[in-house]
Amino acid sequence: MPELNLTSAPAHLRHGSNIGQPLTRRDGVLKVTGRATYAADNHPPGMLFAAMAVSSIARGRVVSLDVAAAKRHPGVVDVMTPDHKPALAIDPDIKTNPFVFRMEVLQSSEVRYANQPIAVVIAETLEAATEGAALLAPRYEVLPALVGLDAGESYVPPVVGVGNPAEHHHGDVEAGLASAEKQIEAVYETPPQYHNAMEPHAIVASWDGDHLSVDMPTQGLMLSLARIAELFGITHDKIHIRSPFLGGGFGSKGLMAGPPTLGIMAAKLVGRPVKLVLRREQMYGPVGHRAPTRQRLRLGADGEGRLTALDHHARTVSSTFDDFYEPAADASHTLYAAPAIRTSHDAVRVNTGTPLFMRAPGEATGSIALESAIDEVAWACGMDPLAFRLKNYAEVEPISGKPFSSKALRACYEKGATRFGWAKRPLQPRQMRDDAGLLVGWGMGTATFPALMFQAEARAAIRRDGSGVMEIGAHDMGQGAWTALAQIAADAVGLDVDRVEFKAGTSDLPDAGIAGGSAHTATAGAAIHSAGAAVIARLADLATTDERSPLFGAGNAGVIARDGRLIRRDDESRSESYAEILARAGVAEIEARGTGAPNPAAMEEYAMHAHGAVFAEVKVDPELGQVRVTRMVGAFAAGRIVNPRMVQSQLFGGMIWGLSFALHEEAITDRRSGRIMNANLGEYHIPVNADVPPLDVITVEEHDPHVNALGIKGVGEIGITGSAGAVANAVWHATGVRVRRFPIRIEELLTQL
Amino acid sequence: MNHSISLTVNGARRDFVLDDPRVTLLDLLRERLHLTGTKKGCDRGQCGACTILVDGKRINSCLALAISHDGADILTIEGIARGDQLHPVQAAFIAHDGFQCGFCTPGQIVSAIGMMREAQAGDDPERIRECMSGNLCRCGAYAGIVDAVLEAQAGMDETNQRRSA
Amino acid sequence: MKQFDYVRPGTITEAVAAAAQPGAVYLAAGTNLLDLMKGGVSRPDRLVDVTHLEGLDQIETLADGSLRIGALVRNADLAHDADFARSYPAVAEALLSGASAQLRNAATVGGNLLQRTRCAYFYDTASRCNKREPGSGCDASDGENRGHAVLGWSESCIATHPSDFCVPLVALDAIVEIEGRTGRREIALDELHRLPGDAPERESVLEPGDLIVAVRLPPAARGFAAHARYLKVRERTSYAFAVVSAAAALRIENGRIAEARLALGGVAAKPWRARAAEDVLRNVAPTADAFQEAAWRALADAKPSGDNAFKIELARRIVVRALLLAAAGTPARLPALPASPFASTSGAIHA
Repeated sequence: MPELNLTSAPAHLRHGSNIGQPLTRRDGVLKVTGRATYAADNHPPGMLFAAMAVSSIARGRVVSLDVAAAKRHPGVVDVMTPDHKPALAIDPDIKTNPFVFRMEVLQSSEVRYANQPIAVVIAETLEAATEGAALLAPRYEVLPALVGLDAGESYVPPVVGVGNPAEHHHGDVEAGLASAEKQIEAVYETPPQYHNAMEPHAIVASWDGDHLSVDMPTQGLMLSLARIAELFGITHDKIHIRSPFLGGGFGSKGLMAGPPTLGIMAAKLVGRPVKLVLRREQMYGPVGHRAPTRQRLRLGADGEGRLTALDHHARTVSSTFDDFYEPAADASHTLYAAPAIRTSHDAVRVNTGTPLFMRAPGEATGSIALESAIDEVAWACGMDPLAFRLKNYAEVEPISGKPFSSKALRACYEKGATRFGWAKRPLQPRQMRDDAGLLVGWGMGTATFPALMFQAEARAAIRRDGSGVMEIGAHDMGQGAWTALAQIAADAVGLDVDRVEFKAGTSDLPDAGIAGGSAHTATAGAAIHSAGAAVIARLADLATTDERSPLFGAGNAGVIARDGRLIRRDDESRSESYAEILARAGVAEIEARGTGAPNPAAMEEYAMHAHGAVFAEVKVDPELGQVRVTRMVGAFAAGRIVNPRMVQSQLFGGMIWGLSFALHEEAITDRRSGRIMNANLGEYHIPVNADVPPLDVITVEEHDPHVNALGIKGVGEIGITGSAGAVANAVWHATGVRVRRFPIRIEELLTQL
Repeated sequence: MNHSISLTVNGARRDFVLDDPRVTLLDLLRERLHLTGTKKGCDRGQCGACTILVDGKRINSCLALAISHDGADILTIEGIARGDQLHPVQAAFIAHDGFQCGFCTPGQIVSAIGMMREAQAGDDPERIRECMSGNLCRCGAYAGIVDAVLEAQAGMDETNQRRSA
Repeated sequence: MKQFDYVRPGTITEAVAAAAQPGAVYLAAGTNLLDLMKGGVSRPDRLVDVTHLEGLDQIETLADGSLRIGALVRNADLAHDADFARSYPAVAEALLSGASAQLRNAATVGGNLLQRTRCAYFYDTASRCNKREPGSGCDASDGENRGHAVLGWSESCIATHPSDFCVPLVALDAIVEIEGRTGRREIALDELHRLPGDAPERESVLEPGDLIVAVRLPPAARGFAAHARYLKVRERTSYAFAVVSAAAALRIENGRIAEARLALGGVAAKPWRARAAEDVLRNVAPTADAFQEAAWRALADAKPSGDNAFKIELARRIVVRALLLAAAGTPARLPALPASPFASTSGAIHA
C-alpha cells in the first residue's frame, strides 16, 4: 500500500486548490432562473392534488366529518379518513428508535393538538381539493386544552435534546452562591417558535406496484427512507426519494413527519400520483417547532468578577404523546469557567405538536438567557461585559475538565471588539444617542456550538477519461452542500472541481447521515475525503506496481494526487495522469468507498466546540419604544472554512435568526383553545430586509487536528447563539431597561422608558 | 362555467379555457402551465415568493385571480434570462450569494427587477431594503440581496448612460 | 375557496345591479378579499369584478381645487404621483408605509378603504366572532388582545381598522363618492366606517350594491402640505400593520397654528379623527406643551379593551411626535423608511 496518509496533516491537505476557495454556488444558475426543482414543482402524469383538513381543537375527538359534502364538490376523487385509508404495516405511534417520532396519520379520531391532520381530500385540481377539505366541516368532542408552561404537573424528563441527561452537577453551587460578593437571580422566558422555512413541506408520491417514488424535501434521506419502509412494509430497495433542493429546513425536515406520510397513503389509496403541499398555517403543528422555555439563572461572582457559581434551570414543554425537550440549560456547560455549575430541566405536557430540533436547539434558547445573565452579573460587578467574559474565560471545558480540541475564542473577542469599536462603549446604560435623538446601545454575546460528527458513507470513482465521480446522498437545504462538498470531493480525488461529477440528493446514493447539528459538511466531508483517498490509493496501487509506469516503485516514497495526475512525492518530475493509468490497466473506472464517523478516542480526550463573539448596536426610539438593530459584527472560529462565501452567508443567516429571536418571532397561543393565533407569515414576524442592518462576519483561522480528518467544525447554527443575547443586551444598554421576556415587545420598553 | 382567457406569458401569447374561476395566477402558472419557477410560500400575500410582473409591475400572484387578468402581460422568472445569458440581476445574485436555499429567489429577483423599473430606490441601500421588504428570506440572505441589487443597478445605469451618450 | 360565479360587468350600473344580490361582493385587486376567501372567512357566491370598468383609475384635479382619485387607482400609483405626493405628503407617506411594494402595486384606493380587520379571532373561523358571525360572541375580548382597540370599541367587538391610507385621509376631510341603486351620493370618509356598537358586522354605511367610485380631497386639504406627516409604530421595520399610527397636519401662519388636523390608526374600528385635540391647537404656537395637551385630549376617552393599556400611552406619544414632526415641516423628499421612527437612522452617535 503506497503511502497516502491524507489525514495526518489536515491543515495542509494535499495541495488542494478547491477547499478554501470562495466559489459561487454550483447550483446558482438553476436557482436564479427558476429551474431548480423543489418537491412541489414535480408533476408526474395523472397526478392528483391532496389537501389536508386539520383540527381546530387542541384536544378531544373528531365526532363527524361531512365526507359526502366534500365528495359532492366537482373534481373531488376521494376523501381519506380514519375509516377509509390504506393500512400501515406498523402502528405509527410505536417508537422503533430514538429518531422516530409519533405522527398523526389518521390512526384514530383522537385530537392531540391544534392543526393536527384529520382527513385528506384528493381531487383533480388543487382548488377542488382545498375546498373539499373545507367542506368536511368537522364536529368535535372538545376537552380542555393544556396550554403554556404551567399547564400541569411538572416532571424531570429522562433525557433532553438528543440523549443528554436532564441534570448536571459540578462543584457546590449553593456554597458558590453563598460566598459570592455579587449575585443575580433572573428569570427569562422564550416563546414557541416555528421553523417557517420558505418552502412549505411538500411531497409528490407515486406508487408503481409496490415500488414507491417520492419527491420530498428532507434533511435525512436515509432516515426518511427507513421510516417509510417500516410504515409501508416495503424494503428499502423499492423506495426512491429525490430531494435535490430543500427550500430551507432548519430542523423541521429532518425526520419523516405525518403530512408527507399522508401523501404517500393518499397515492396508495387512489392508485395515482398525488401531490400534497402544506398550507402555511398547517406548518404550525405537525412538523415540529421550538418549545417555549422559562429559565431561571443564578450567578455569583467574587470581588474580582470571577464567577463562583452558575445555576441554570429550564422549564420547557413537550407534547402529551411524545418526548422532545429543548435542552436550554445545557448552554451553560461550556462557556464560562465557574467552579460550580448546575444545569437542570423540567417540563410539562401540553396539547401541541411534538417540539423538535430547530436551528441550535437548546443552544439558542439557552444562549439568550445565559448571555443576558452574564451581562447582568457583569453590570452588578461594575465590569465591562467583555472584560467580564475574559475574566471567566474557560481554558478547559468547565464541567468535564477536558481540554478543547481548539478554541480561538479569545481571538474572536479581540477581532470582533476591534472591528466593532467596543472599546468606546460607556459602561453605564442609556449614555448614547444619535443625531436624531434615538437611544443607542451596544451589547455582546458569546457564541458556541458543539462540533458534532455523525455517520456517513461515500463512493468515489475515477473514470477512464480522468474525470472523477463522487456519490453521496447529501442534502442541500441552502447551506451549500452542492458546492462545498464538491470542493471537498475535488480535493479528495486531486481534480479540479469541474472535473468531478458530484451526485447528491437522492436515496439511492450512499448514506450521508442527517443534515443537522451543523455536522453535515464535517460528516459527509469526512466520508468524501475518505472515499477519495481510497480510490486514489487504488489508482496509485495500479501505477506503482506496474513496471511500465513512471511511478513504478514509488510505494515507499508515496505519491501525491494533483490536477488529475499522480506525482511522485520525492520527485515531482515523475508523474502520470489518471487517464493514462486506467488506460494502461484496461480499466474503465475504479471505485472505492469511504466513511465518515466520530472518533471516540478524540471525543474522550477533547471537548469540541466552535466559538464566536457577536457585537450588536441597536437604536431605540426613546418615547415610542420601537427597536432597530443598526449594526452587527460576528467573529467566529469554526475550524476549517471550506467555502468562505457560503460560510459567511450561513453565519449572516444565523445572526439574523438571533436578531429575530430577540426582537421578532413568537407564536401566540390562545390560552383557552390552544390554537396558534398568528399561524401565518403576516403576524408571525420574521425579519424583513429592512430589519437587517449591515452585517460583518470575521472568520478566525483555526486548525483543529482532532475534530475530524478535515478539521471542520460546522457553521450552520452557531450564528444564532451569541447574537440573540447581543441584541438583547444592546437594548438594555440603550435604554437601561432589562427585558427578560423574548421577543422584546414595545410595551415592555414603553412603560419603563 | 368555462371562461376563455388569453395571457401573454414571458412574451408568448397563451389562450386557454379556464374551467374554474378560483384559479389564481400563481396556481395557473405552477399547476396548469407548469411554470414552476414562481414559488408558493404562504399563498396569502405575506412572503413575496410568488412575485411576478403583471403589465410591468410586481405583484403577489397568489392574490390575483387569473380570470380577472384576462389580457395581461406576465413576466415570470423563466422569462428573465435571454437564453443562456443571465439578466444582470440574476448574475449579481450569484456573485453576491444573494440566496441560500433558493426558494424565495425567483420572487426576490423578479421583485428586484420590478423595483428597478419603479425607479424609487436609486442607489440608497436603505431604500432598497425598504423596497425589497415584501420578499421574505428565512435563510437570511438579505445582505447579499441588497449588494446584488446595488451592483446590478449600477451596471444597468452605466449601460444606459453609454447608450444615451 | 368556495365556488362562486364570476361576473364582469361592462358598466357601473350593471355592476351595482349584479352586486346588490345577496351573497355578491365586489372584486377589485383582491389583495384582501382573496386572503379572506382562502381563509374561509369570506365565502361569497358571486364575485363582481370591477377592475375592467372604464374611468375609475384617474387622478384628476377639479375646477375648485379638489383632487378626485378614482377607486381603481392603485395605491402605489397614487403614492408615486409626484403632484399628489407634493400636495398631500402625509397621505403618500401613509400609503408607502403600508403592506409591501407588491401589494401596493395591486391594491386599489377603494379596496383599501374597505379592508377588513386583522383581528386574529375574526380570521380564525373556529373562534367566536360577532363581526364574522353576528351573535356568536367575541373570543378576542378575553383572548390575545394586546393589539386591539382602545377607542370606540364595544362589548361585542374590540377589533381595529388596519388601514394606513385612511388615517391621513380622514384627517384631511376626504369625501367618498358612492354609486348605488338609487344613484350617486357622497359622504365624508369619517362617516363611512361604523363603530361596532351591538352590530359589528355592519362595518360601513354602505348598502348592498354600493360601489365606491372615487375618493375626493377637498381644496382645503392642500393647505397642509408644508406641515404634514404620518408616523407608524410597528413590530417590524417594514411590512407590518400599525400597532398605533398617527397623521398630523398643520397650517401654520405667522408662527401660530391656524388649523390642525389629527387622526389615529390602529386604535379603533375606524380611522380615528381626533377633533377635540385639533380644537386645542387652534391659534396656539406649535410647542411641545401644546402637543402634549392635544395628545391628552385625543385619548381622553380611551380605555383598554384587554392587555392593551400600553396602546393608550403609545398613542399619546405618537400624537406628540407626529405633531412635532409636522411642525418641523414636511421633508423635501419622502424618507427611505416612510412613516418610521427610524426614518433617518444614519445619524452619528454621541456618547
